[in-house]
Amino acid sequence: MEKLFQKISFSSATLVFIILLGIFITLFDAARPAINEFGLHFIVDPAWNKEVPITTPQADSIKKVSDSSEVVNPDDYSDDDGMIMEDEDDTPTKTIYGGLVPLVGTIFSTLIALAFAMPIAMGIAIFLAEIAPKNISSFVGGAIELLAAIPSIIFGMWGLYYFAPIVADLFGGFQVSLLTAGLVLGVMILPFMAAITRDSMNTTPDILKESAYALGATKFEVIKDVIFPYSKVGIIGSIILSLGRALGETMAVAFLIGSIFELPHKITDPTISIPVALANNFGEASGLGMSSLFYLALILFVMSFAVISFAKFFFLRKAD
Amino acid sequence: MLVMNIEKFSFTYPGAEAPSLKNITLPIEKNKITSLIGPSGCGKSTLLRSMNRIHDLYPGNTYDGKINLLNETTGEYDNILAIKKENDFIQLRQKVGMIFQKPTPFPMSIFDNVAYGLKIDGIKNKSELSDRVEAALKGSALWNEVSDRLGKSAMGLSGGQQQRLCIARAVAVKPEVLLFDEPTSALDPISTAAIEELIVELRNDISIAIVTHNMQQASRISDYTAFMYLGDLIEFDKTENIFLNPKEQQTEDYITGRFG
Ligand SMILES: Nc1ncnc2c1ncn2[C@@H]1O[C@H](COP(=O)(O)OP(=O)(O)OP(=O)(O)O)[C@@H](O)[C@H]1O
Ligand SMILES: [Mg+2]
Repeated sequence: MEKLFQKISFSSATLVFIILLGIFITLFDAARPAINEFGLHFIVDPAWNKEVPITTPQADSIKKVSDSSEVVNPDDYSDDDGMIMEDEDDTPTKTIYGGLVPLVGTIFSTLIALAFAMPIAMGIAIFLAEIAPKNISSFVGGAIELLAAIPSIIFGMWGLYYFAPIVADLFGGFQVSLLTAGLVLGVMILPFMAAITRDSMNTTPDILKESAYALGATKFEVIKDVIFPYSKVGIIGSIILSLGRALGETMAVAFLIGSIFELPHKITDPTISIPVALANNFGEASGLGMSSLFYLALILFVMSFAVISFAKFFFLRKAD
Repeated sequence: MLVMNIEKFSFTYPGAEAPSLKNITLPIEKNKITSLIGPSGCGKSTLLRSMNRIHDLYPGNTYDGKINLLNETTGEYDNILAIKKENDFIQLRQKVGMIFQKPTPFPMSIFDNVAYGLKIDGIKNKSELSDRVEAALKGSALWNEVSDRLGKSAMGLSGGQQQRLCIARAVAVKPEVLLFDEPTSALDPISTAAIEELIVELRNDISIAIVTHNMQQASRISDYTAFMYLGDLIEFDKTENIFLNPKEQQTEDYITGRFG
């Protein structure tokens, strides 16, 4: 019986690992044509779905870099730079793909989200764990857990209709932009971050806090010197897990980021993120375009995986 | 001379129907060790935790009576149950320190642990800090064991060392009274002996109240003993009288182990 149980749990653990590896291999395999074609240059190339004349390899790479500010995008609805390059009739052309724009969109929307959510989440967690009376704390805490359960598409719709005009009023620029997407993403991860941070702060033993109070510490000093250091690991973990969520978020961002393949010059410019690029373009893509989407997916996979393993590393160290 | 004088003191936890302490009158002699003994749940910790009002971290307690604390500068007694302002609580806890059932090192270095109470009191001068940390560690018989690793985390010390560190940390702020709530209940016999020796040493500078379940410990180290039962103070006397010649039947039953 014991043996059987061990075997079952061992094989399910192995299964998870095999699925993970399987996903990686599938992505890598489908991305291979794009990887062979563009190599690591893909990561720094802002062109997406752009026709360039075929030239000698050296001239080609120089051209790619120098042309990088002009981007062709079939479903570009913004008014600037929308011109299509005239085909030079006799030179043969090829289409190139680069991942810089969605990569930048993903990283910056996530960073904006974190910068916005972190201080507020910490404030909420401190209030709930240490300041609010028990009944208020459990009521507000429950409400925050509910907030964390709202489907992201609803955040996207709310963000577009309610939040985006406010952001544009306050900061200028476009309603749909990196900033709007980042802020709404921040609102989305905030409850999750606050709830986990509160939970880890609550693990501080009462007698440890009492020891500090018994030396004449104030509430602020106890929070700063005892509770935060004690629950540091869990708090960092909550931030990293939220980061992982923000990285992969599709629906909320799809409503708000503008979905154009264009490098943002300011944070109030519209752009695109990796998950949104995948969701919007997967249907029509084929050939090298499809493979490039898989390349993007692979990059996202590796990024999220790295972030989560980092968090797990922290959580595991806590267990000792 | 008394350092503290508890008069007709009653205490009720929030929501509790009956008071956990009823009409307690107990003197705490200056530079003496007073031990509180009694069966589990009789209110020893509750009484001890009233003496620095650590109870007040949680709202809703009801106090009745007086707990008077000697003011060393004026020679008069202040009723600590009258304290309302945070600043006065801080001053009270600097005068009346506390050591808990389990060692509670803060997640910081050995040095910072001992210096903590001084730093939050506003002492910034590096040499003063290190002098007082050294003195406190020597006073707690820990200096020889940790002097070469003051910068290392306090979590790396053994349980007994951690408890002596907590004592050093409390001693560093120069309290007038130290409250010990079963300080050796989580320790092995050798660490226990070291702590007992230390407490006896401390008596020269600090008045001590100690809760213990260990009858031998009470008789070994304390000058006075109070026996409590179900929230009442049954008997208070010199330790030898309590253990050799108790006046109350309940006290005798308890110390001879004939008690349920
Ligand atoms: N936070 C609390 N809220 C309500 N009642 C409490 C609380 N803490 C303790 N009590 C009750 O008060 C009484 C005295 O408890 P106390 O902890 O002072 O006992 P004790 O003598 O220290 O016991 P032990 O030897 O087990 O530590 C007990 O009946 C206990 O159930
Ligand atoms: Mg107790």
